Amino acid sequence: MSSQQIPEENLPEVQDTAHGAVEGAGDPFADPGLPAHRPRIQDIDERAARRSERAVAFMFTLSMLATIGFIASYVIFPVDKIVYIWPLGHVSALNFSLGMTLGLALFLIGAGAVHWARTLMSDVEVADDRHAIEATPEVKAKVMADFAAGAKESAIGRRKLIRNTMFGALALVPLSGVVLLRDLGPLPEKKLRKTLWAKGKQLVNMNTMEPLRPEDVVVGSLTFAMPEGLEEDAHDFQTQIAKAALMIIRIEPDNIKDKREREWAHEGIVAFSKICTHVGCPISLYEQQTHHVLCPCHQSTFDLSDGARVIFGPAGHALPQLRIGVNSEGNLEALGDFEEPVGPAFWERG
Amino acid sequence: MSTATETQRKAPAGERVADWADGRLGIYGLAKANMRKIFPDHWSFMLGEICLYSFIIIILTGVYLTLFFNPSMNEVVYHGSYEPMNGIRMSAAYASTLDISFDVRGGLLVRQIHHWAAIIFLAGMFVHMFRVFFTGAYRKPREINWLFGFLLFVLGMFTGFTGYSLPDDLLSGTGVRFTQGAILSMPIVGTYISMFLFGGEFPGTDIISRFYSIHILLLPGIMLGLVVGHLILVFFHKHTQFAGPGKTNKNVVGMPLLPVYMAKAGGFFFLVFGFIAILSAVATINPIWALGPYRPDQVSTGAQPDWYMGFAEGFVRVMPGWEINLWGHTLVLGVLIPLVLFGVVLGALALYPFIESWITGDKREHHILDRPRNAPTRTGLGVAWVTIYFVMLIGGGNDIWATHFHLSLNAISWFVRIAFFVGPVLAFVVTRRICLGLQRRDKEKVLHGRESGTIKRLPHGEFVEIHEPLSPGQLHTLTAHEQYKPVEIGPTVDENGVERKPSALQKLRARLSKSYYGEDNQIAKPTAEEYKEITSGHGHH
Repeated sequence: MSSQQIPEENLPEVQDTAHGAVEGAGDPFADPGLPAHRPRIQDIDERAARRSERAVAFMFTLSMLATIGFIASYVIFPVDKIVYIWPLGHVSALNFSLGMTLGLALFLIGAGAVHWARTLMSDVEVADDRHAIEATPEVKAKVMADFAAGAKESAIGRRKLIRNTMFGALALVPLSGVVLLRDLGPLPEKKLRKTLWAKGKQLVNMNTMEPLRPEDVVVGSLTFAMPEGLEEDAHDFQTQIAKAALMIIRIEPDNIKDKREREWAHEGIVAFSKICTHVGCPISLYEQQTHHVLCPCHQSTFDLSDGARVIFGPAGHALPQLRIGVNSEGNLEALGDFEEPVGPAFWERG
Repeated sequence: MSTATETQRKAPAGERVADWADGRLGIYGLAKANMRKIFPDHWSFMLGEICLYSFIIIILTGVYLTLFFNPSMNEVVYHGSYEPMNGIRMSAAYASTLDISFDVRGGLLVRQIHHWAAIIFLAGMFVHMFRVFFTGAYRKPREINWLFGFLLFVLGMFTGFTGYSLPDDLLSGTGVRFTQGAILSMPIVGTYISMFLFGGEFPGTDIISRFYSIHILLLPGIMLGLVVGHLILVFFHKHTQFAGPGKTNKNVVGMPLLPVYMAKAGGFFFLVFGFIAILSAVATINPIWALGPYRPDQVSTGAQPDWYMGFAEGFVRVMPGWEINLWGHTLVLGVLIPLVLFGVVLGALALYPFIESWITGDKREHHILDRPRNAPTRTGLGVAWVTIYFVMLIGGGNDIWATHFHLSLNAISWFVRIAFFVGPVLAFVVTRRICLGLQRRDKEKVLHGRESGTIKRLPHGEFVEIHEPLSPGQLHTLTAHEQYKPVEIGPTVDENGVERKPSALQKLRARLSKSYYGEDNQIAKPTAEEYKEITSGHGHH
């Protein structure tokens, strides 16, 4: 609809441009002041305004229906009903219907309000003055005088003993709060150095929960083990397994490059800590041809045929090895605890 | 007196309530200053609103979740609606999250809204912050509000982290383990902080309930205070605006809070909420049921934190594993340096406004926003920062990049290591050149007009494009920006002929100032004389 069709008296009066100061008329770049307001179709055509009104009311009405739909969905759909919705696939009917109805109910209120503001509320731009944030010199002088008077009356400058002891008292009192935090946890002591492994502890296969026998470990397979006696329902299971988890693989003894590794192995069966020496993720990816293991968290890669040294990634040192042997029953057993702390490095590790 | 009571009796109910409140709270004074407060209009000014609204949504949904969530690491055996987990040993926290997802009607939706809103909250803050950065809106008097916003971003990251750790699932537990490993790397205090935070060794039985009180009380409490302070300052300072006809540093041009922004901003809350609700209906976020409960000896592949922690993850992944062992102690540089860089990279952002104002020496109030092109060095630095951020996001997802794009993981890690140093420099140089090019283009437009796209053939056969002169408003807008002169060290000999040695700091400041405002680093604005000479009479173009 072009403006020619609009009766003259419906056109808004031209806005004055007095808002912005027009500096130096000779300057082609001078601020010409606020441009005149351009009327919207709704400002000059009541039919258009009514269309907008109906559109807003329509959205608000749809929102009401959506809320009723939300309540209906809540009642109708069982919590475990799964439906197929293209292109989402199999989804929870309840979650989908509740989310869509709630989303629509909310979105339509917003859309209605914004449409109302954009089409029917005045869009005349006006200018507000800003005021300096800084105080005037008079105000500042008054504040300084007040402060000086207050400070003088308190005598804090003159009676230094009061001032200094007060600062001392205020500085010390938060210490109580700090002291109270002491019982958040125990001191580190040697806790990070010890695991459940000890001489004679059998290696238990974490899949079968049976003691591991050398013949169970074949070349190319990766087995996870934990110390015998550790029960999954023990109160400290998580804390213990976080240090004691083992990776067991078998390598042809001739292929073991590291001398100590060969000595600590049993017929080529080697046991390494499963906990990455970077920041402690459990290592779980094993490349059987190269005997490399990879931590899936930060991709530190260790060569298990060469003392588990780091060959790639952010880990700082090799995985600790557990010395193993076979007991009288023919089961694999530990010959002691790890000789160095497992998991991430720390200041006292040395 | 009697007439006063008479009018009160006649007043409508709403007015009487308002009178009652005014007598106790003085609301009329507040309303006088704020009800018709003018806010300028620009699409980028709504980015902050997205943050505010998603924050409110997070609080609303978060309160609901606390009604059902059990922040306990007690071991339970699950017997619930989710068949695949039946009979599995897990913490009560994980079990109650399964219950919220599968047994509480609408619980899954609220969980999804909560998580999506958190992701959008952080993304919104990131974009909002860079809107503020690139337009120089942080300049005096808004430096403190910049810091409030910065703190909200950082606290938001940690609130997000403690929040997604609460379900105690395999993925989030891995993130907590990573955090513990990072804490251990701190010299001297690392093991102590770890023991105190976890109530003993990792994972112990305390961390979920401790994260819970941090996540639902401590951090959101601080953030709520900061949000309120942030908004009070926005009202107090009045909003910034872009240069344009009628817009000066001494006014604010726009539309009044009541009714336009009540409706637009209030409506926008519902738009954001509605959008997130629909998103939560169609897109699953953090399906903890697919991951299983946390066990320190198990892990899933492709583990990723929420996006806002990705850059910290990147530092940790690509850092070489340096360790120094001396005198019975270990300095775990391979983890410590990423931890420090995480703080340094963020901290640089917090300090930037103060550094810039020191270099410019500009202590005036600024309410007119810069266009990014008109501050090439700042824009370049901002893009360099963003480059580091995104390079590190690539580093943080190096395994995902490797598997999805069939690339070598080692190659990506090396790329990130190199790009960390080279990327920001390149980004800075390129951005600055683009800015200067755009400045030249603006100058061209002012002097020669806008390319109309209309080709005219002259009588002798030459083709020329017709340039249309700009309107006075456009001319003003394109030349309204301020151009600084670089700071000079000043004469090295004072008026008495005594030699004065400039301090190293003064020299540094002069050099930096030159790199901001030196001849090659900004394009001189067209002058009125140039304009008049070109437009007068010659009639060419």
